[in-house]
Amino acid sequence: MKLDLRNGRVEMGHGAGGRAMAQLIAELFAKLLGNDYLAQGDDGAVLPALPGRLVMSTDSHVVSPLFFPGGDIGSLAVNGTVNDVTVMGARPLYLAAAFILEEGYPLAELRRIVESMARAALAAGVLVVTGDTKVVEKGKGDGVFISTTGVGVAREGVTLSGKQARPGDSILLSGSIGEHGTAILSQRAGLAFDASIVSDCAALNGLVEAMLDSGAELRVLRDPTRGGLASTLNELAQQSAAGMLLDEAAIPVIPAVAAACEFLGLDPCYVANEGKLVAICAARDADRLLEVMRRHPLGQNAALIGEVIADSHAFVQMTTRIGGRRILDWLSGEQLPRIC
Amino acid sequence: MKFIDEFRDGDLARHLAAGIVREARTDRVYRLMEFCGGHTHAISRYGLTDLLPPAVRMIHGPGCPVCVLPIGRIDQAIRLALEQGVMLCSYGDCLRVPASSGLSLQQAKAHGADVRMVYSISDAVQLAQQNPQHDIVFLAIGFETTTPPTAVAVRQADALGLKNFSVLCNHVLTPAAMRAILAIDGVQLDGIVGPAHVSTVIGSRPYETFAADYGKPVVIAGFEPLDVLQAILMLLRQINGARAEVENEFTRAVTRDGNHKAQALIEAVFEMRDSFEWRGLGSIPKSALKLRAAYARFDAEARYGVDYRAVPDRPGCECAAILRGEKRPRDCRIFATACTPEDPVGSCMVSPEGACAAHYTYGRFREQE
Repeated sequence: MKLDLRNGRVEMGHGAGGRAMAQLIAELFAKLLGNDYLAQGDDGAVLPALPGRLVMSTDSHVVSPLFFPGGDIGSLAVNGTVNDVTVMGARPLYLAAAFILEEGYPLAELRRIVESMARAALAAGVLVVTGDTKVVEKGKGDGVFISTTGVGVAREGVTLSGKQARPGDSILLSGSIGEHGTAILSQRAGLAFDASIVSDCAALNGLVEAMLDSGAELRVLRDPTRGGLASTLNELAQQSAAGMLLDEAAIPVIPAVAAACEFLGLDPCYVANEGKLVAICAARDADRLLEVMRRHPLGQNAALIGEVIADSHAFVQMTTRIGGRRILDWLSGEQLPRIC
Repeated sequence: MKFIDEFRDGDLARHLAAGIVREARTDRVYRLMEFCGGHTHAISRYGLTDLLPPAVRMIHGPGCPVCVLPIGRIDQAIRLALEQGVMLCSYGDCLRVPASSGLSLQQAKAHGADVRMVYSISDAVQLAQQNPQHDIVFLAIGFETTTPPTAVAVRQADALGLKNFSVLCNHVLTPAAMRAILAIDGVQLDGIVGPAHVSTVIGSRPYETFAADYGKPVVIAGFEPLDVLQAILMLLRQINGARAEVENEFTRAVTRDGNHKAQALIEAVFEMRDSFEWRGLGSIPKSALKLRAAYARFDAEARYGVDYRAVPDRPGCECAAILRGEKRPRDCRIFATACTPEDPVGSCMVSPEGACAAHYTYGRFREQE
């Protein structure tokens, strides 16, 4: 019997290791994500020897809703892991993808997700070489969870780490913040509001290639996802045992995000991004690097947002729009809305 | 963003700050209390104190609804959720307030209570409609700003004939708290930055008696940084001119008489409690509201028989003195050590409008200077 990709639903059998699972893999995953390595059909993919140091990263994706303006869990699962490998200064090559499906989930939607993964992988130039499917009983999952692991090759001579920020270094941001998080929030049940905000979900490897090609002395790259820009900068400050001083007015935020955050009582600095990066480089190279970033479609609105300073407390500080100073702190708990 | 950016303009802020510096006499200190948590938040969030001369000292007031709610009130909500099995809905800020036996609403949720964060009380009404088999209780807190929406929701539930919706009413009154502060013996206050959103509802008239009875100038101000700076300048001018009046900086939203429709709603649904305990200020007569008898079936306190039991603050916590404006967060022994936003001991460390949370989150670098 052919898999009913139009009206069918995920059944327990699709994860049981039998014929139904083989059929789902063949007609959905192998077909849409197809490549020679995946086609090997063994317990693991045998890959050619790679030159240089390998970078490996893994990420689980549990987004709700599964489809949102600008992306879905499929593109997110690819781009999220591609970006984690990329910001280590590596070229991502291969992905492994593990799916946890909830019994009853429509196969038509699963197909949309896998199609989206295939498009994202193609755009990022990576291959999904191995995978896994498990099914949990209805009510025990949230439709689809996808866990991806990526492998890439680090560029020779490039060592990036959150520990390497030094006082005097420049802090660059590749574009406007808060779009992914607000796009998701705008779709959440109980909070739905009309907004034309689209997630920035994108693979950053092209942008990073260009940045590495520039020859600028890059010390740190990181993608500010969960917890937003503020959390990422605090992580970096702590890792590097240095402070930071930002200029609030220099941090790009599009008006729709600013308005949504204003309305919901959120600070865009704590809202998630999925297609942005923070770069810390030697101050003398900042202008050159900024120019390179702005020439790339994903870095058009790149900005110099501040500098690394000596501070044993590793505080991230900010000169506010009106000229005062304050801390841009770690997020404590979830960002909760204010009430009045 | 239109109508927002104009009130956060850096050049205008510097201009106003220069005006304040010119106006401030150097031979005296100006102790100004910003009543509202919204002002406290704005002052910290924009680093406004950096723009003020040393002679101007801002004292954080009690106008943070989460902060002034005594522990026993959160205990009531937790008991309802854990023991009576209701679906307890609340604004986000309330969820993390530490209550008795080491529990907050958030922790009660982890223990199996059905606790929901809502953005608006109308979401709670909607939950009641969607879940007829569940009892829904909304933990209603706040000053006059959040009271009219509660009134609307109660009337809506009444019109819909909802039998599974009720309200744990903790709405409190701003003028009562302000009077309590001004009546403190030896209170050192030279002027008050008056409430923004609250005043859109009650108007500026209720403060006139304070200016007259206590000789303290009041300037009602919006929550944007330029509003606060302008209000500080206006207060300094009053103080230097030996005036004590109610002035309105927030004219784009506040009138002398306020919002009649909202006031009528409050009047129709609520009546005065004889007395209500405030954290930090103790029991204040006629300072809070309860549902009128006609709406008694929506009163969760009566419906489930959860009585209020007063609970003392945790040892070492200075929330009470901070809420009275007598101490600053840094005067508290446990500030930033045992009490942090991740693990708050007192309510002032919970809400972003709380004096301790605002100082910790935005200003603690100053401790090192």
